[in-house]
Amino acid sequence: MVVPPAEVPVVSGDPALDPDDEAPVGSAARRRALRWGLGLVELGPVLILAVLVLVMGTLSPYFFKSNNLTNLGFQTAVIAALAIGQLMVILTRGIDLSVGSTVAFTGVLGAVVGGTSWGGHLVPVLAAALAGGLAVGLINGVIYVGGRVPHPFIVTLATLGAIRGLALIISGGETKTTIPSGVLTIGSGTVGIVPVSIIIVLGVAVVAWVLLARTQWGRWIYAIGGEPEAAKRAGLPVGRLLISVYALCGLLAGLAGIITAGRTSAGAPTAGNLLELDAITAVIVGGASFFGGRGSVVNALVGALILGVVRNGLDLLDVSAFYQQVAIAMVILASVELDVARGYLEERLRVLQGAEGG
Amino acid sequence: MTPLLSVRDARKRFGAVTALSGVNLDLHEGEILALLGDNGAGKSTLIKALSGVHQLDAGRIAIDGQSVSFRSPHDARAAGIDTVYQDLALFDNLTPAANFYIGREMRRGPRWLGPLGLLREKDMLDRWREHLDVLQVRIKDLDKPLGLMSGGQRQAVAVARAVTFARRLVILDEPTAALGLRESAEVLRLVRRLPEQGIAVILVSHNLDHVMQVADRAVVLRQGRQVGEAIPTAENHQYLVGLIVGASGGDVAAGAELPGSQDQEG
Repeated sequence: MVVPPAEVPVVSGDPALDPDDEAPVGSAARRRALRWGLGLVELGPVLILAVLVLVMGTLSPYFFKSNNLTNLGFQTAVIAALAIGQLMVILTRGIDLSVGSTVAFTGVLGAVVGGTSWGGHLVPVLAAALAGGLAVGLINGVIYVGGRVPHPFIVTLATLGAIRGLALIISGGETKTTIPSGVLTIGSGTVGIVPVSIIIVLGVAVVAWVLLARTQWGRWIYAIGGEPEAAKRAGLPVGRLLISVYALCGLLAGLAGIITAGRTSAGAPTAGNLLELDAITAVIVGGASFFGGRGSVVNALVGALILGVVRNGLDLLDVSAFYQQVAIAMVILASVELDVARGYLEERLRVLQGAEGG
Repeated sequence: MTPLLSVRDARKRFGAVTALSGVNLDLHEGEILALLGDNGAGKSTLIKALSGVHQLDAGRIAIDGQSVSFRSPHDARAAGIDTVYQDLALFDNLTPAANFYIGREMRRGPRWLGPLGLLREKDMLDRWREHLDVLQVRIKDLDKPLGLMSGGQRQAVAVARAVTFARRLVILDEPTAALGLRESAEVLRLVRRLPEQGIAVILVSHNLDHVMQVADRAVVLRQGRQVGEAIPTAENHQYLVGLIVGASGGDVAAGAELPGSQDQEG
């Protein structure tokens, strides 16, 4: 048997410290510049939103009218609800493509329950829709984790199709209009100029923020997204945490389904088409990292608002929907590039600090 | 005296590859033991078995003379063993304190809330500062994510974490591999102080200089078994290198092993 040739460990002489190992002059200034650049990148989405609002407000006299702001709220509520759920999933390096279909499914489910003998009441309809969303999310999570699928993309792509099919099956392919008045209030009511749906979504956002930023569960979600292997080694219940995240994302899709049904007075099996992409877009545009572990509920809300303002403003300016698509694509690319730039700046900063002996 | 840790005839295969073919190891209280060996000698497999990541196919691990069986890293931690991996297993997106407490966060609120309980951030930060003081580790930028820190600071966080929670044994896998001179010296200083806290150390390293600076004893693995040990001094340097590369000591290739421990190599 041949012992493989091995590299003899390199043995250096006296490991006494090199006294000339000092930081080069001027690196403090460079570090400050890098930190400043990083701060700017973090603020990027909020700045983009501010500029967009100013531009739209300047170009269109209608933009700041209360009617339009209410309208903007209606348009943003559904995307914001979905974006909060999607944010949690993306924080764990995942993705949930099924939420658009879940919006249709839960809307139809609500309408079907709305057509039964207790259909006049809000509670059973709301409960049915939310439970339906939660169930879809649990299915996604359990298949992803239990089936040891390497990435949730395919799992949720499958449920995207399956749940849309289920929506068509239970509605018989028809739009159901048996929506109780309570759901109509949720979807299209206002308090003053503020849509009820926005108030609900903001409430949900506060809860989601507390969960993510203030609880142990939230800390673990960030840990999974930051370093999945390390999370396992640290003994975190990674499987259960992932399932919980998809379940919450589904639950929020159920909420979005109810809001959509209330806004359109119908449970339509075709509703919510491509909304999953809006939700993902909002999360990324809002400044969360697509690579997981970074981002907050604020990012999701800002992203949803950016999408809302771009669409609303371009509508007001009579820009064709074709150009709107291109405009939104630009915003997406710019956001991803900001994410990449952030990684680069951090790497530079780390190298600089290492050179200074940390 | 009963050793703190004893490993007897540890065996582990991965498919056709034999990673461990009958390793024996004893470690005493407050001892710093260096685990040496070339790549593929079985060091990583052994420490992963000791930290609950891998389960042995056969053999026995005992702590204070009591047989233990680690089904997960959690079990090993519960037994007082904590491990710092070569790739650190840190979370770059979390602050140093969050890294420190990951999986063991202090929280408030009723027990039934479980992980939905609120974090006691301030208490954790205060306690963490105390730990760092005891270990004489200085960390700057406590509120910045760890990803922005230098390699030495990150390693210091990882070692400090393991040391604080390990009651009996800390396993360090190449703690200085990615570090510069100054940073290595800092980490080694920290390692040398561990026996004062009553903690034993297993140090895996390719750097014999670093081993000589801190270790009380060096054990060499080759091809999945222990081939010799020595006090790591300058005089024994050549001998240890010989053991590592297979030029001296218990010669596996020549079959000069105890009968019955022959094992096909993968």
